[in-house]
Amino acid sequence: MTPFTYARATSLSSAIAAAGTQGVSLLAGGTELLNWMKEGIAAPRRVVDINALEELDYIELTATELRLGALARMSAVAEHPDVCREFPALSIALEKSASQQIRNMASMGGNLMQRTRCPYFRAEVQLPCNKRAPGSGCAAREGDDRSHAVLGGSAHCIATHPSDAAVALAIFDAIVRVQGARETRDIPIDDFYVLPGETPHVENALAPGEVIVQIAMPRSAMTPKSHYIKLRERTSYEFALVSVAASVETEGKVIRATRVALGGVAPKPWRLRSAETELVGLALDDEAAMYRALEPDFEAARPGRHNGFKIELARRTAIRALQVAGGLA
Amino acid sequence: MESRWTRREVLETATILGGASVLARADTTAEIAGSAAEPMESTVRLSINGEEHTLTLDNRATLLDTLRERIGLTGTKKGCDRGECGACTVHIDGKRALSCLTLAVAAQAREITTIEGLAETGALHPVQAAFIRHDAFQCGFCTSGQIMSAVACIAEGHARSEAEVAEYMSGNLCRCAAYPQIRAAVLDAAGEAAR
Repeated sequence: MTPFTYARATSLSSAIAAAGTQGVSLLAGGTELLNWMKEGIAAPRRVVDINALEELDYIELTATELRLGALARMSAVAEHPDVCREFPALSIALEKSASQQIRNMASMGGNLMQRTRCPYFRAEVQLPCNKRAPGSGCAAREGDDRSHAVLGGSAHCIATHPSDAAVALAIFDAIVRVQGARETRDIPIDDFYVLPGETPHVENALAPGEVIVQIAMPRSAMTPKSHYIKLRERTSYEFALVSVAASVETEGKVIRATRVALGGVAPKPWRLRSAETELVGLALDDEAAMYRALEPDFEAARPGRHNGFKIELARRTAIRALQVAGGLA
Repeated sequence: MESRWTRREVLETATILGGASVLARADTTAEIAGSAAEPMESTVRLSINGEEHTLTLDNRATLLDTLRERIGLTGTKKGCDRGECGACTVHIDGKRALSCLTLAVAAQAREITTIEGLAETGALHPVQAAFIRHDAFQCGFCTSGQIMSAVACIAEGHARSEAEVAEYMSGNLCRCAAYPQIRAAVLDAAGEAAR
């Protein structure tokens, strides 16, 4: 860790002004920032602690939407009765993230700002990684790519995004509300994350000096019928190899509308937009038809040497998540 | 990035949004953005196990290192120092948290409890006693963190079944793999707390 000065922000406007200053990192839960500083991934010259901004710590259900303050803690959101009832996939995704200690510390805004768990990115010694050192190459493409992306990657980066909550937020069409010195912007979660392309170090649509202040998601008939399944190497306290968030509106067993997104397979939460159309009209217990409906979205898949299994695993897990969301399994 | 606002504009906005208290505390935007001459250390007041400690610390100091190296409370253990093992678990404002991922300077004005602060009036905490009864350790390195985590797990109401204990204690690794005994101790202590 390189030395830094420390200050505690007592107003949102001062935090935003600080965020627009070169060399400043904002401190919320700290579960990512401290590790980045220890590994040399981040070396701020000043850390501005925003934890005293109580106006960013809330969970609010209105007639039309759920609003989460950027400083609402993961454990508080996961256990909130309104979240459990109206947006169960989000509650489950959070509950299956990290450990209770980390969920008590980590904020929702910080959760979205997590960076990849790619071991080459996180290495204690610097290895070729275009995210960490643009232009240095991608060690994963020639190395161990078991945990890496099969969709949305590029020749420059095949890292996956580690957030579970973001996958649930994707099916709920969440809006990330960000505030800068001059304006407040609403960014749909699908536009918040950007694909690596030739600039893998650019991971989201935040402009310098913008701060996440709220995550909002509209209520609909479908959101209470949602589920999240996370598959990993261990039963608990591990990042996803493949995860699925699904919500569904049914008439009997027949799917009338659905939203499906994958985690662990792409640089961002990966919506299955073709399947969301193809699945309509199918019965939840017609697994063969559902399996076929899930095919077109994977035509763009580019598996590496050790991660091809993710494609089959994702399709099967999506079927299961849809069935549970629809009350069949 | 250069701020597109002038200092005067920012100060005026801070006054409007934050009210007089912001200026009274001299937390102006110019100060929060920092200047080159500021120190890399801070004088910090920490409340640990009900006792106040005032000390000057490098801003980089984690709560874990501060507890062990400066306060002399070595019961909290340093395992991975990356938030992966749970050995450094303490309670902050009554909730379990990882002291290796907490800056000491950011832990001011919060109530910190370590394993040393668990036993009251010399008697073992019921969870400590349950760990001994169930032989819930071998080498003991993870035990402080396990016990701090278990006390919180029971208080949260997440110790109603063996599966639930396994899930909600998963942030505490035990390389001796004493997990069956740990789960039994937590369930036993939870039952005792409910009686």
